[in-house]
Amino acid sequence: MWKWLHPYANPEVSYHFTDKIKPWFGWATFLLLSIGFVWALLFAPADYQQGESFRIFYIHVPSAILSAGIYAGMATAALCSLVWQFKLADASVSALAPIGAIFTAIALVTGAAWGKPMWGTWWVWDARLTSELILLFLYLGVIALNNAFDDKQMAGKAAGILALVGVINLPIIKYSVEWWNTLHQGATVSKLGAPAMAAEMYWPFLFCFLGFIGLVGYVTCIRFQTEVISRNKMRPWVRALVCDNNQPEEAK
Amino acid sequence: MSATALSYRKTFSLILKRDLTIAFRHKDEMLNPLLFFIIVVTLFPLGIGPETNTLAKIAPGIIWVSSLLATLLSLDRLFKADHNDGSLEQMLISPQPLFIFTLAKICAHWLLTGLPLILVAPLLAVLLHLPEQSYQALFLTLLFGTPVLSFIGAIGAALTVGIKKGGVLLSLIVLPLYIPVLIFATSAIDTASMSLPYGGQLAIIAALFFGTLTLAPFAVGAALKVSTN
Repeated sequence: MWKWLHPYANPEVSYHFTDKIKPWFGWATFLLLSIGFVWALLFAPADYQQGESFRIFYIHVPSAILSAGIYAGMATAALCSLVWQFKLADASVSALAPIGAIFTAIALVTGAAWGKPMWGTWWVWDARLTSELILLFLYLGVIALNNAFDDKQMAGKAAGILALVGVINLPIIKYSVEWWNTLHQGATVSKLGAPAMAAEMYWPFLFCFLGFIGLVGYVTCIRFQTEVISRNKMRPWVRALVCDNNQPEEAK
Repeated sequence: MSATALSYRKTFSLILKRDLTIAFRHKDEMLNPLLFFIIVVTLFPLGIGPETNTLAKIAPGIIWVSSLLATLLSLDRLFKADHNDGSLEQMLISPQPLFIFTLAKICAHWLLTGLPLILVAPLLAVLLHLPEQSYQALFLTLLFGTPVLSFIGAIGAALTVGIKKGGVLLSLIVLPLYIPVLIFATSAIDTASMSLPYGGQLAIIAALFFGTLTLAPFAVGAALKVSTN
């Protein structure tokens, strides 16, 4: 496996590989999300209790799941960078943190918009809401630390350590707030095989969820490329890349 | 004669003694977080109003939030001076394992900030009309909780030591990680005020204490290596 992975430690190879897989993510996202959103927002049946406002579910739940998932991915990258000293893993930590923060924010905002008609309030100090808010704070801490250093390599490493400390703390925070106070409903879709919802509601959700995953992949590719380029901007291959891109315009 | 002849215990006590000596020569620096703690606690009755029942109800939260903030304020100087005069680099390149140094420094930090907080807290609890049956819980949660604050905070301090204006950043990083301690500690004190057993919450704080005691020195070491580069 190491032999197979080895060439990707080179920033240039990684950059071009990312370039290759990026359109796949892009098209998959476009297809899945357009099918998923149209199906979910127009054709899926309304909930018998919650009515139409239930449709926020199709944005709220995928982004809530992904907010935690991206954190796990970021922490894995941080661990790889710390243990095996992969420089590109630092770049992916820096690339993933803002994406995770945005998805956490989406989950919080859509959650508040859903909470208003359902619970009659924008915000309650409930376990899940609170731990999601704290997750947002953790992301913002990682981003702030990442921006505080002038040296990008150092910044990535420091942010990685913080992400790892956060991942140890995350379950503790989650359970502490859960025992502290709870109102949010339990998980409905995580039970694989036997989801606690009707199939005609579940399928559009699956499309949306996969579409959101593709979106994360796509945005990560873009941000990762940017990070790689900004870390290697003095290298000949980056200069050659920039010159190649500029040539046609100059020719005009 | 060689440096490796120093045992772990010897290294630990040397660093601890050194840090305490330095601190006792700058007494006001040591007292400032404590004064801050007392002043913040006195601000709450002024802001909220002097009703005994309200104060008694929010006293655990006030005392704990204030001690979080006081600890946070003192974290900045944990590695800063050593970083500025270069002794931190000497510790990093010495043959002794790094976690001994970090453990000793964090212990010194707790002795200088955590312990005074524990000693002053009962007095402030009286001012806030905390029910008498909660005193023991307050003492025990502070006893196990403040070291956790020092240990987790040291990670943040180590990460930000190389940054010029790291103070605000430090609080941004560290405060979310303090939340579990805050929740369990205040819940233990609340439970105690109803004369119910609070062993469960205390056990979790103790677990956090031992978890951070064993893991945090390594994280601090890794962070110091990154930020001194």
